Amino acid sequence: MSQLLDHSATSWRGQSLSHQDSVVDLLDPSLRVLAAFGFAFVLVLSQVFLPLITGLGVALLVAMLARLDLRRTFKRMLAMDLFMICLIFLLPFTTPGTPIWQGFGLSASWQGLEHGLMIALKANGVMLMLLALVGTLSPVVLAQSLAKLKVPEKLVHLMLFTLRYLDVINQEYARMRLAMRARAFVMGCNCHTWRTIGYLIGMLLIHSLERSERIFNAMKCRGYQGKLYLHHEMQWQRRDRLFVGLALFSLTILIGMNFIWK
Amino acid sequence: MHIVDGALSIPVLALGGVLTAIGVGIGLKRMDYDNLPQVGMLSAVFFIASYIHLPLGFTSVHLIMNGLIGIVLGWAAFPALFVALILQAVFFGFGGVLVLGVNTFNIAIPGLIMYAICYWGIRSGSSKRAAIWGAIGGAGAVAITSLLVAGALALSGDAFILVAKATLPAHVPVMLIEGFVSGAAVYLLHQVKPELLGVKAQPRLQEVR
Repeated sequence: MSQLLDHSATSWRGQSLSHQDSVVDLLDPSLRVLAAFGFAFVLVLSQVFLPLITGLGVALLVAMLARLDLRRTFKRMLAMDLFMICLIFLLPFTTPGTPIWQGFGLSASWQGLEHGLMIALKANGVMLMLLALVGTLSPVVLAQSLAKLKVPEKLVHLMLFTLRYLDVINQEYARMRLAMRARAFVMGCNCHTWRTIGYLIGMLLIHSLERSERIFNAMKCRGYQGKLYLHHEMQWQRRDRLFVGLALFSLTILIGMNFIWK
Repeated sequence: MHIVDGALSIPVLALGGVLTAIGVGIGLKRMDYDNLPQVGMLSAVFFIASYIHLPLGFTSVHLIMNGLIGIVLGWAAFPALFVALILQAVFFGFGGVLVLGVNTFNIAIPGLIMYAICYWGIRSGSSKRAAIWGAIGGAGAVAITSLLVAGALALSGDAFILVAKATLPAHVPVMLIEGFVSGAAVYLLHQVKPELLGVKAQPRLQEVR
């Protein structure tokens, strides 16, 4: 199920490579979701540099522990950072304050540069932690841990269905693109391409919908009544307690830094 | 399209979170367990569509398809897009955690507005007219999305106003392409499987087999 997403941050070429279990994988999934959320909360609300830099360091450490594929992860971060780099370049010019550079009728300010750097640190720290703690979960386990965190059951089932169809639709898409390529279709910047892609998406919907109807009928035939059984028993262990302690401790320190470093 | 964590101010984040929670709540309430496979499938299509990069001059743009999803799903588009955005954030690092509410709102509300505007146009008897409304829906949804992204940035501080202004012209080509693609997709759906658009099956000529 959902090979498209499984360990997408840990293996480099496709999802076929198996991911070696790391220390992070031993921890309880719901705890990892909660920890990533708490970390994001603290980091986004921080207003000074020290907790942001420390937070990014902590996130890097966790990413190493989770054995993320560094090349793949950095490529992801870079894609995000293209937007950030634009912002960092623009913000100094749009924020009034002490000038660091003047010329061509423009002036860049320290305050703007500071603001831009802070956004970059926050975004990267949060993303790295999310990829390390939650991105290493198998998607199905993620859905089930969300159910344990009292996310509405319907939403969890929707997520499970989405995960199920991601692969189906991806394969269908690849198959249809192959057929198009066999007929010498090359994408260009013209009406023909756009119409063809529109038809492709329409066909994708129809094929997949008909398949979903068949699946649904088969499920009903086997007694599906709008309930999937969410298994994966939680085993509260010593290492989980240790993790909770560690996470709370580091979050408190990060919050504390905000007040000390004023 | 995805705003990252840390850029927006706290009131904007909170407002986005609350509005998205309400939207997802209404969407879930209106959705039957019987609809789940269909909604899940469209959520997956949204996910895959963001991988389809179309060449445009020196660069390429990717499809968003929130108009098409809104037109087909109505309120259920909210949970569908929410789930897809969660998966994109967690497994591919697009967007962020706290900003998820704002991002979902920016993508889902335009789809919903287009659902309301194009409701009768899409259900018209002629496929051509439906396609034109589909194109309006596709282009309009991207236009509203870029307005919302710009608004969220501009509300977060005066320093962002220049960035916000820059997002609008950057989305004009995306709008055009999205309009063409959505129109074509609606045309095909109207011809092949009108039930999906909520069109009553037309009495047609007997098919020749």
